[in-house]
Amino acid sequence: MSTLLEESPPDFEVDSAASAAAASRPRTIWQLLLHNPSVCFGGAVLAVMLLTALLAPFLGTIDPSNIDPIYRNKVPGTERMLRLEDGSEVPITHWMGTDMLGRDVYSRVLYGSQISLVVGLVVAILSIAVGLAIGLVSGYIRWLDGIVMRVMDGLMAIPGILLAIALMSLFNAGIGTVIFAIFIPEIPRVVRLVRAIVLSIREEPYVEAAISVGTSVPLILIRHVLPNTIAPLIVQGTYICASAILVEAILSFLGVGIPPEIPTWGNIMAEGRILFQIFPHNLLYPGIFLALTILAVNVLGDGLRDTLDPRMAKRLG
Amino acid sequence: MTGSNAGKGVQPVLKIDNLSVELPKGADRQHAVENVNLEVRPGEILCIVGESGSGKSVTGLSIMGLLPKGQLTPVSGRILLQDENLLEANEERLRDLRCTSMAMIFQEPMTALNPVMRCGDQIDEVLRTHTSLNKKERAKRIIWIMEEVRLPEPKRLINTYPHQLSGGQRQRIMIAMALVLEPVLLIADEPTTALDVTTQASILQLIRDIQRDYQTGVLFITHDFGVVAEIADRVAVMQWGKVVEFGEAKQVLSNPQHAYTRMLIGSVPSMTPSQRERDASAQVVLNTSGLSKTYSERALFRSTRTVHAVQQVDLEVRRGETLGIVGESGSGKTTVARCIARLIDPTSGEIFLGGDEIGQLRTGQLRPYRRRIQIIFQDPYRSLNPRRVVGDSIIEGATNYGLPKEEALKRARSLMELVQLDPNALDRFPHQFSGGQRQRICIARALTMEPEVLIADEAVSALDVSVQAQVLKLLDDVRKRFNLALLFITHDLRVAAQICDTVAVMSQSKVVEYGLTHDVFTNSQHEYTQSLLNAAPGKDWDFGHFSRPDRKP
Repeated sequence: MSTLLEESPPDFEVDSAASAAAASRPRTIWQLLLHNPSVCFGGAVLAVMLLTALLAPFLGTIDPSNIDPIYRNKVPGTERMLRLEDGSEVPITHWMGTDMLGRDVYSRVLYGSQISLVVGLVVAILSIAVGLAIGLVSGYIRWLDGIVMRVMDGLMAIPGILLAIALMSLFNAGIGTVIFAIFIPEIPRVVRLVRAIVLSIREEPYVEAAISVGTSVPLILIRHVLPNTIAPLIVQGTYICASAILVEAILSFLGVGIPPEIPTWGNIMAEGRILFQIFPHNLLYPGIFLALTILAVNVLGDGLRDTLDPRMAKRLG
Repeated sequence: MTGSNAGKGVQPVLKIDNLSVELPKGADRQHAVENVNLEVRPGEILCIVGESGSGKSVTGLSIMGLLPKGQLTPVSGRILLQDENLLEANEERLRDLRCTSMAMIFQEPMTALNPVMRCGDQIDEVLRTHTSLNKKERAKRIIWIMEEVRLPEPKRLINTYPHQLSGGQRQRIMIAMALVLEPVLLIADEPTTALDVTTQASILQLIRDIQRDYQTGVLFITHDFGVVAEIADRVAVMQWGKVVEFGEAKQVLSNPQHAYTRMLIGSVPSMTPSQRERDASAQVVLNTSGLSKTYSERALFRSTRTVHAVQQVDLEVRRGETLGIVGESGSGKTTVARCIARLIDPTSGEIFLGGDEIGQLRTGQLRPYRRRIQIIFQDPYRSLNPRRVVGDSIIEGATNYGLPKEEALKRARSLMELVQLDPNALDRFPHQFSGGQRQRICIARALTMEPEVLIADEAVSALDVSVQAQVLKLLDDVRKRFNLALLFITHDLRVAAQICDTVAVMSQSKVVEYGLTHDVFTNSQHEYTQSLLNAAPGKDWDFGHFSRPDRKP
């Protein structure tokens, strides 16, 4: 027994080396994010997009639904006088030309970005919230798992766009319906992601320790499991956001999305498609905005993944 | 055994001169390895022994030229393999030398072998790369080396995949791969750590025999002084990247010069059971009767497969008593612990906690009993939620049962003192603590529940030997102080000998021997227990007294 009793003093001090090393590294997650060029680029482009969408009325735009048959299909850069409601006339320039009804493409694209970004954000938030709830419960409660996952499998077996079209045909066309139609097919992807994380975390000794100190299942899910899903979900959220913006544009382009009187990137492109070979600007400008936004969101997502990935967590110290 | 005079005065196979390897900036010290001087003679086993982070593996990897590029860089010194400086050799030359002149085997044979390649092909790959033998000659050589490493039925085994073999067989395949070209130097990095004690004994025997037959110089990296006592000719003790002691194995073990070596060797628990006072009249807190756990895998198109993880286990622990469950991996000892902690449901049998049957209770009914049984897990890095400060983890249980937060925190502070940690560290995160400290925190967390039964599931197995001794002492103190019934699950007979009053030996899901520790260790009845005791490395040494008492065979 003497071997156990004669001993050196216990390792009392908290690992000073580890804390010293942590001090030399970027301390917070924000600093780490700002060190990542992808996050900076994606975030900056997205911030500009968000600002233009919010400030659309103040950026030299006119009413996007203002029809003027005289000035149909004008090329970008055309200048003219616009008669306002009070009868006065102001000079304006159609920076991006006009469409076949004489509406200002620049104004329509800017106002359209409002719809696109709202659809992207709302779909991302909704599908993550719903998917997270379903995923947590189905991952932790074994008997429910089989049922929920088969439903999800079924949902995933239907092509997303087709499902969206079917849902659109069931309800009135409108932005709410479009969001609903896009977010339903996104749910299974979130559920699968969350469930996979829950399945691995459920086996962690600290979860078992929580069980043995009598923590209830909802508390275990919120305290011990949920925090592990946040980082991957933020990343997945950006991808869903990008995909939602794209699907909204596709639905509008196919004519099954938001009603044509509301300017969205998809609607503008759908209308410009007929005269595409003669007046490409109707397709070009909303296309550039769409592509740039999707690129920015995806680059941001990649950057976030690199920074928040658990395998990179050691850099956080 | 030790003391072979092989190779004395002969040109060393490997000579390390003043080797220093630098760690990346921001690490806890500047050098992973600092001014290390070693030499391995032909036909000799040199053991490098040290605790985790001592730089012993880095030494091995730098010889092989396998250091992660950009992270660890040798900054000075020479590594001479038969007079050739490996640090100056280019990648191509190193590739030629690996397997032909030097070879390495690793701790975990499952990950070191390619899981989608047949074992025979993996050995064949070595031959194809380094020799110009034709297919027939290679096949002959593969069979020969597999017979050399004493693998049964080599003709059948060359067509198996690694997962079809046992851990010991996989390690033999690794050794066969390493030795098929008869290198002059074999580096073994903890090759037996992941293996069961009986398998370990046979692998150690194999390494010893082979290096004697082929006069291979072996650099054996280990943390286990039992292994050192078993096979080393000479020993180098490393601490914080430096060799603090280097000498003949017998000399170092019986008369260590450096204080650190003395401490390390002194911390190795003795195989001789300690004298313990036991109150046989104390109240029985926990007993099981016919406890069984069966896993059955139902499948649609084939018959149900059942695995008996635990069969008919009857155990009994009294207040203030420690019951050890020892056994090799897969024996079912952890399943017993998890059944008793009710983390899994036993298939049949009863668990009585203070007279109440809890084995078949459902989640809701179980709640009042949960706090009375607490469990401490093996892996200190995973048993605390990394995202919560340790204070929250410690008080979680107490607040679950309605204790106000302030009072729970007060209790946590006093428990932190009890487990010899700074009470002000409650607002720190787990990663700011070392493994031993985290295990102390886990003990504190269990104690906040004021349990009657404490289960320690391999609670000290992941710790370095010096830390292990401290945590063991803490557990024993805690047991005495709170009059706890301690259920101690371990694979380590030495630990069991020191801390347990009674011991149950498990093998293949059954308890094969159950009795007082002293009786089981000195007068074991079952042949499995005897084989376990015989296989324990360094069983002849009494490390605590730096001596080798003559025991009857």
